[in-house]
Amino acid sequence: MELRFAVNVSPKPGILDPQGRAVEGSLGHLGIEGVSAVRVGRRIELTVSAADEVAARAIVERLAAELLSNPLIEAYAIETLGAASSAVGAPA
Amino acid sequence: MSPRIGVVVFPGSNRDIDAVNALEVAGAEPVVLWHENATLDGVDAVILPGGFAYGDYLRAGVIARFSPVMRAVSAFAADGGLVLGICNGFQVLTEAHLLPGALLRNRALRFVSRQVRLVPERLDTPFTRAIGERGPLRMPVAHGEGCFYADAATLDELERDGQVLFRYAREDGTTAGEAGDTANPNGSLRAIAGVMNAAGNVAGLMPHPETAVEAILGSDDGLGIIRSFVDSAAERATEGEPVAVGGR
Repeated sequence: MELRFAVNVSPKPGILDPQGRAVEGSLGHLGIEGVSAVRVGRRIELTVSAADEVAARAIVERLAAELLSNPLIEAYAIETLGAASSAVGAPA
Repeated sequence: MSPRIGVVVFPGSNRDIDAVNALEVAGAEPVVLWHENATLDGVDAVILPGGFAYGDYLRAGVIARFSPVMRAVSAFAADGGLVLGICNGFQVLTEAHLLPGALLRNRALRFVSRQVRLVPERLDTPFTRAIGERGPLRMPVAHGEGCFYADAATLDELERDGQVLFRYAREDGTTAGEAGDTANPNGSLRAIAGVMNAAGNVAGLMPHPETAVEAILGSDDGLGIIRSFVDSAAERATEGEPVAVGGR
């Protein structure tokens, strides 16, 4: 079966995040108040072909821990997006 | 005899030619190693040069970590082989867990390309033994992700075990601060510019000693580091067979 996943990678609490700070710094220019603790991460979406969901998720876990995140500075969370559609990734 | 020292070339490496030149200036025979090589061609030591390996996509150094040549470099390092990572090479070595810590985006968000000063913490390692005096040494940096980070316990350990090799310094040789001090170009914690592993055979630094080896380049303060590495590799080469990795 083919399943679509998303891996959300974000800087761990306490890790300096200059990108988040830059975004936060720009809020004043927009006249926005009351927003704080901005953290910038990345989201990776992918399709996995495996025997079942458990096997597919195990592959994503390994990928997330070994490649997509650096466990020293980043945390990750995996989302299951459901069955992969053939339209995913196709040009609009 | 002049040691054979490998310079790994990843797609996106751009300081490999400088590393080759520096090795020649220091009396070594450079051997260019392509990233798809699964062996190290029997070299006596390895340099991972600066650049943007694999475009620095995802995180600086992480894609390079999984290349065939890095498997060979990891095995070489595990057997005690000498490895030096400069700039992007340092990032690759931290991603490969051959060196502690991580290199974060520069604290001031800017890519920095300018001269900095650094002081060696130790003059008795394979990477610093020919430096001669404590400096400060002047050489360039050119990077966007050079802010050395490790948790406080790890930093304490690195300092206790003598694994901090270089710190950013002011003109008078005093150690730079962490934030808001232009002498620290990227906001590295405890102004750490270079570290080595616990075994003392793998080191990395963000500044570029290999582009500061001749007066015509603006500084030859980096030559002591390159010469230390070359001398140490030469000693190991004459001590016996260089470490055999991957069926040389």
